[in-house]
Amino acid sequence: MVNQASEPELVTTEEAAAEPETKPTTAIRSRGDQIFDVIVNIGLVLVMLAAVLPLLVVVAASFTPYAELLRNGGYTLFPRDFTLDGYRAVLADARLQQGFIVSVFITVVGVTINMVVSVLFAYPLSQPHLPGRRGLLFFAILTTLFNAGIIPTFLVVQGTGLLNTVWAMIIPTTVSVFNVLILKTFFQGIPSSLFEAARVDGLGEWRILVQIVIPLSLPVLMTIGLFYAVGQWNTFMSAVLYVRDTDLQPLQVVLRDLMTEVSSDAPIEADAVVPTVTYRMAAVVLTALPMIVVYPFIQKYFRHGVLLGSVKE
Amino acid sequence: MASAEVEQRPRMARPLSPSRRRWKRTWAARALFLMMIPGAVYLLIYKYGPMYGVLIAFKDYSIRKGILGSPWADPWYGHFVEFISSPFFGSLMTNTVLISVYKLLWGTIPPIIVALLFNECRQVWFRRIAQTVSYMPHFLSWVIIYGVSIALLSQGTGVFNGFLRDTFGFTIPFLTSNDWFRSVLVVSDVWKDIGWGAIIYFAAMVGIDRSYYEAAMVDGAGRLRQIWHITLPGIRPVIILLLVLKLGGILDAGFDQVFIFYNVQVYPSGDIIDTWVYRAGLENLNYSLAAAVGLFKSVIGLVLIVVANRIAKRWNAQLW
Repeated sequence: MVNQASEPELVTTEEAAAEPETKPTTAIRSRGDQIFDVIVNIGLVLVMLAAVLPLLVVVAASFTPYAELLRNGGYTLFPRDFTLDGYRAVLADARLQQGFIVSVFITVVGVTINMVVSVLFAYPLSQPHLPGRRGLLFFAILTTLFNAGIIPTFLVVQGTGLLNTVWAMIIPTTVSVFNVLILKTFFQGIPSSLFEAARVDGLGEWRILVQIVIPLSLPVLMTIGLFYAVGQWNTFMSAVLYVRDTDLQPLQVVLRDLMTEVSSDAPIEADAVVPTVTYRMAAVVLTALPMIVVYPFIQKYFRHGVLLGSVKE
Repeated sequence: MASAEVEQRPRMARPLSPSRRRWKRTWAARALFLMMIPGAVYLLIYKYGPMYGVLIAFKDYSIRKGILGSPWADPWYGHFVEFISSPFFGSLMTNTVLISVYKLLWGTIPPIIVALLFNECRQVWFRRIAQTVSYMPHFLSWVIIYGVSIALLSQGTGVFNGFLRDTFGFTIPFLTSNDWFRSVLVVSDVWKDIGWGAIIYFAAMVGIDRSYYEAAMVDGAGRLRQIWHITLPGIRPVIILLLVLKLGGILDAGFDQVFIFYNVQVYPSGDIIDTWVYRAGLENLNYSLAAAVGLFKSVIGLVLIVVANRIAKRWNAQLW
C-alpha cells in the first residue's frame, strides 16, 4: 500500500519537529555558564512548586478532620490527622452523583460529536484543490473575530429548541474554529505524494481520510481530543445560560453551588462532624481528578510546532 | 495557491468555458464539500445566526413578537445611548479594561520568562517534567480554581490567611474585598495559564536558527546577552502576534472566571460588561439593552483587532 512506503519518512519529520535539539552541549562550559544553569533549574523548580503547592493545599484540606482544625485554627499543608469522611459525604451526595452522570454524558457524547465534525471540516480545508478554499476559511475564521454576543446566541439556542435540554451544553459548542485550524495545519503537513498515490490507486476522499489521514494524525487527534474533553468536562457557562432544570446541571455547576451555598468565609458550624470546607475540598478534588489523571498520558502528544503554526493563519 | 490549481488541471484539447470548468472542479470535489456540511451548518446556525439576532439591539424586543415583529427602537440607537449615559457605564468599563489590561501584561511577560527557562534548560528530561507540571493548571476549570482560592485565601480557614494571622496578626478578606478582588482575578488567571502561555513562545524559540547562537558564542557573548540579542528579538513576531490577538479581546475580561468568583460585595470592583449583560438580559429580561451592550463590546473588539493588526504589519507580525 501507498502509506507503508512513505510512513517512516513522515514519522521522522514529526519526531524532529517534536523534540527540537537544545543548544549543543559540547561547547566548553565556563563557570558563569554553570551558575547560569543552576539558576535556570532553580527557576524551573519554583515554577513547578507554584503550580503544585496550591493543589496540595486543597488535597490536604480535603483530608483534614474537625479536631485538627480546632487545634490549628485553620487548615495547614501537613495535617497530623486525617479523615476520609469528607470523601464519604461527597460520594453519598445525590446532587453530586447526578451532576457526575450529566458531566460524563456531556463529555463522552460531546467529544465524539466535536471530533467527527471538526475532522470532517478540517480535512477538506487542508486540501489545496478544494474549490473556494480561501472563502471557506474566511467563513470559519470570521466567527472568531466577531462574536454576536451572549443574548443573540441565547435566542438562537432558544429558537433551535435546545433550551433546558442536555443538548444545550453540547450542540452550541460543536466546533472550535481554533481546533479546526490546528487539525488543518497538521493535515497539510502530511506529504502530498501520499494523497496523489492514493488518488492514482482510485481511493475516494472518504477512504483517504479514514485509511491515510486519520492513522497518520494520532498525535494531533489526541491533543485536540483532550482540548475538547477538557472543555466539555469543564462546561459551566452554557449550563448557567441555557439550563434551568436542576437535574440537568453538570458537576461544575453543582460544585459551584456547593461552595457558595453559605458564604465561603462563614465560620464552620460547631455541630458538623465533617467541616464544611473539608467536604467542599473533597468535592473539588474529585471533580478535578479525571482531568489530572488523563492529562499526563495525552500531554506527550502535544506538538509545539503544530500549535504554533495554527496561530498564524 | 491559484498557480498550484492551474498546474494540477489536466490539459485538454478543447478548453472549456470558465464556468463549466469551475463546475467540473466543484463536482470533482463533491465528497469534500459533503464532509464540510455538518461543520458549516453548525457555524451558520450558531455563529452566523446570532449575527442576525443582533438586530434586536436596535429594536424593542419582545419574546411574543419575535425578532422581526418587534418594533424598532426610537431612536434606533436608543439602547446604546441608554447604556453609555447610565451610571454603571463608567464602572463597568473601568473594571473590564483594568482587569483585562492587568491580565494582558501579567499574561505576557511571566510566560515569556518561563519559556526562556524551558529554552535554557539543558537537561531535556527535567525540562519535560517541568513542562508537564506547569501546563497542568490550564486544564482545571474555574470552579476548581475558585475552590483552590478558597482553600488558600478564605478569611476563616484559608492557609494563606492562617499564615498572615500567625505571622502578622491580621487577616485579609481577599474574596470579598473590593481592594483585593481584581488582584485575585489576575493572579489566579496568571497561575492557570503561565505554563500554558509559555508553549507558544517556547516553540518560537526552538525555531530560531542555531547558527546565530554559535556566531554569538564565537564573539564571546554570554547566555544573558544571547537571550537579549538573539532569543527575544527572534520571538518578537510571535509576541506581537499574540498581543494583537489579546487586544481584540480587551473587553473580554473573562466572563466565566468573574461569574464564578464574584459576589454582591465585590460588584463595585469586579462587575464586568459580560456579567452585567448576563444579569440585564437573562435575569431582568431586558434583552434589547443587553444585546446592544454585547454588540458595543464586540464591535470595539473587532475594531481593535483590525487596528492592532494594521500596526503589527510594521513588524511583519500581522494575523492576516
